[in-house]
Amino acid sequence: MSGQGMGASVTRKEDRRFLLGKGKYTDDLVLPNQTWAVFVRSPHAHAAIRKIDASQALKAPGVLAVLTGEDVAADELGSIPCGWTIKNKDGSTMVAPPHPALALGKARHAGDPVAMVIAETKAQAKDAAQLVVVDYDPLPAVAHLSAAVREGAPVVWDEAPGNVCFDWHLGDAAATDAAFAQADRVVKIDLTNNRVVPNAIEPRAANGHYDDVDGRYTLYTTSQNPHLIRLLCGAFTLKVPEHKLRVVAPDVGGGFGSKIFHYAEELLVLWASKRVGRPIKWTAERSESFLSDAHGRDHISHGELALDADGKFIGLRVSTLANMGAYLSTFAPAIPTYLYATLLSGPYAIPAIYAEVKAIFTHTVPVDAVRGAGRPEASYLLERLVDKAARETSADRVELRRKNFIRTDQFPYQTAVALQYDVGDYHSTLDMALKAIDYPKLADRKAASKARGKLRGFGISTYIEACGIAPSALVGALGAGAGLYEAATVRVHPTGSVTVFTGSHSHGQGHETTFAQLVVEKLGVPIENVEVVHGDTDRIPFGMGTYGSRSAAVGGSALVKAMDKIVDKGKKIAAHLLEASVADVEFADGKYRVAGTDREKTFGEVAFAAYVPHNYPIETVEPGLEDSAFYDPKNFTFPAGCHCVEVEVDPETGVVEVVDVAIADDVGVIINPMIVDGQAHGGLAHGIGQALYEEAVYDAEGQLLSGSFLNYTMPRAADLPNFKVGNHVTACTHNPTGIKGVGEVGAIGVPPAVINAVLDALAPVGVTHIDMPATPEKVWRAIRAAGGGAA
Amino acid sequence: MATITVQVNGKSHAVDVEARTLLVELLREHLRLTGTHVGCDTSQCGACTVWVDGKSVKSCTMLAAEAAGAAVTTIEGLAHNGTLHPMQAAFNTCHGLQCGFCTPGMVMSATELVQRNPSPSEDDVRHWLEGNLCRCTGYHNIVKSVLSAAEAMRGGAQ
Repeated sequence: MSGQGMGASVTRKEDRRFLLGKGKYTDDLVLPNQTWAVFVRSPHAHAAIRKIDASQALKAPGVLAVLTGEDVAADELGSIPCGWTIKNKDGSTMVAPPHPALALGKARHAGDPVAMVIAETKAQAKDAAQLVVVDYDPLPAVAHLSAAVREGAPVVWDEAPGNVCFDWHLGDAAATDAAFAQADRVVKIDLTNNRVVPNAIEPRAANGHYDDVDGRYTLYTTSQNPHLIRLLCGAFTLKVPEHKLRVVAPDVGGGFGSKIFHYAEELLVLWASKRVGRPIKWTAERSESFLSDAHGRDHISHGELALDADGKFIGLRVSTLANMGAYLSTFAPAIPTYLYATLLSGPYAIPAIYAEVKAIFTHTVPVDAVRGAGRPEASYLLERLVDKAARETSADRVELRRKNFIRTDQFPYQTAVALQYDVGDYHSTLDMALKAIDYPKLADRKAASKARGKLRGFGISTYIEACGIAPSALVGALGAGAGLYEAATVRVHPTGSVTVFTGSHSHGQGHETTFAQLVVEKLGVPIENVEVVHGDTDRIPFGMGTYGSRSAAVGGSALVKAMDKIVDKGKKIAAHLLEASVADVEFADGKYRVAGTDREKTFGEVAFAAYVPHNYPIETVEPGLEDSAFYDPKNFTFPAGCHCVEVEVDPETGVVEVVDVAIADDVGVIINPMIVDGQAHGGLAHGIGQALYEEAVYDAEGQLLSGSFLNYTMPRAADLPNFKVGNHVTACTHNPTGIKGVGEVGAIGVPPAVINAVLDALAPVGVTHIDMPATPEKVWRAIRAAGGGAA
Repeated sequence: MATITVQVNGKSHAVDVEARTLLVELLREHLRLTGTHVGCDTSQCGACTVWVDGKSVKSCTMLAAEAAGAAVTTIEGLAHNGTLHPMQAAFNTCHGLQCGFCTPGMVMSATELVQRNPSPSEDDVRHWLEGNLCRCTGYHNIVKSVLSAAEAMRGGAQ
């Protein structure tokens, strides 16, 4: 089916409804008898809750109920669980404090929900929420990592002395010490990875309904993984069997990780709907999202790179503090450990690596996965360190990277931090990106910028990521509470059209198109005859959802496996119809053909025979043409590449302008180049946002100062250039599609390239270090502190 | 409560609204035109952009009562008999949308730009869209869509 299968830039099937304003997002849905919930949230970062007086609120017009942590406890709702357990260095288990859906006794971050007000209308609920009187006794709070680990710091959880959630390590300490003892040069860096707010443009929302006729709950929620929410609600929080709970994640307006997790609000609307006997809807306001969606990053790290006399990397030592916030979100402990320290080898052959990570509680919003999740933190540390090494050893930053790359003949390559890379070609992506940005002419461009009073800088980052998560047995051994396979069902209809039911969830990725392209490629069905269904636990057999760039690599592989079964069954039917032996029947381009002859049956004719089995091998083959598959990955996939950035800094104002971005990624086999490029663009904007603009700023008392779009700087159209995106494909060796994944490459690869470019620009004025985000103020101050610029 | 009359997508509606009811609430909750989205509470994101008497307006920042007597156009009113407006069509062909949430506001805003300036430069487009946030696309393909639509709209006018 030329032009619609693998490798075709097919325009998206899902676009029409969005463009017509006919998308169906969670907040668009109004159920019969709908009521509304508004949450009363703690204004304090840390406070004892003495008393909650809801008497006035309950008298307000339209109010149906005001519920508190005591009601949650009385109904024995389960604590919101953390899905990953990390072991400490000494083999003991991390501290996993309770996480009640509504705060009980104490509020532990500004925005912690303390009461839920339910009313006939949203306006009434909002009015009444202002009448709930909470008697708080404010307590000392701590928000910043550096303060939280100080002697005598306020303690978030009594069971976590020193605010330590876990103290974990990875790698061979002795071998690393030995490498450093032999080093010709050791390069050191101290840096922070700034805390970011995910900010999908659709705020989170949930609509819960309990049907007392059949005793069944339905939840509409803004989720990247409805089955996971059903599992956690069913088994841990709401405690109802799965067949009594349907979770629907309809059109979802972006996730970026923040909509993976099980949140209090979706649990509470379900629970309360049974209490009030009506459906309850909640939609976050943006400032509420800032205080209730899990944040990302927030590390302080020290890194040391050991080099031999030839400039080869011989050892890496890393020590990191990672902020967990006040409670452990669903995947939180996995982010600064198995999605971070395991990536510290980057694309380099580094024989000895040792990493220590301490996770720290603070009185802030929980921290969990945001686009990239751990891998941006790893690539940022490593790529800053490599650039510093080049400067300090007077090596060329490009050649230093090239010299230390894992070569194509070294795959599969076992790193010193647990991962085995299956395949890659880092030299080729480096060459491609340098060519795209016209690296040889850099000096001319620097001179031209200088003539205009600007400082031009070039920055490079060569990154790797682990995605397509993940082998279930492996993640289980590492502390995961769930498997990370994916499921797909393929239903072939009697006339040969196809419905795919996938456990992957699309919230912008375009699965309705790309998964359909997989069907076109495999079954030869025209794309308009393929429908892709996702996001409803009543319709999809099972699913682990979409995050960690796993949909095409894992969900797509499940789909291909299910289609293999369809093709095989079709061969048996076709063999009967063609009076041939099964072994002689081939399937290609939508036709079953007896090998070496022109005798054939179309896919549609075989499907029809399967449903109208008059002339049919009924003794050996069941009627119907539908099959399912679960695919459990054999390994992570390892997208990698090179990101090059040029910036111009105005030394008078400190303003950094990104003037050119050229990247070359190896994301494996590509289904739809247009969509792959779009994913890269979005990740780049996200990564440039982190590098230059975005930061969740808490004051020392735990108040979020950048708590709205007025003071949290989101990248805008005029802040960004066009992006030059290239691809160099090496196919993943261990899944049936060869796909690696693309959703996070920009967010992982580009932040260090941007900062390396800023530091390159500022090198002539003596600036050697800057932390993200490189805001005009920070850059201006750094220039002045280094003695550069005007007084 | 007051009854206001407002024309939306060519159709006249008499609606009872509170003094505090926002235009976006009138559209989404009273008229169930849910194509107009709410992405923030500080007039930054532009997902709620509609036209009031032909000018793009953030409908979260205007009281419903202020729209009394006005003609409002929402994303649902842009296509004609199921045929996409050239701006909508360009967003499809240039992959100018991913999750679709900011899209209605982007399309409404960008269409007004091209109506005002039939030949915008890339820079014009990027600056015009400063009131519309997108987290998915990095704006690259949105800008491409608007430039492509402008070309198509110029062609259509000839």
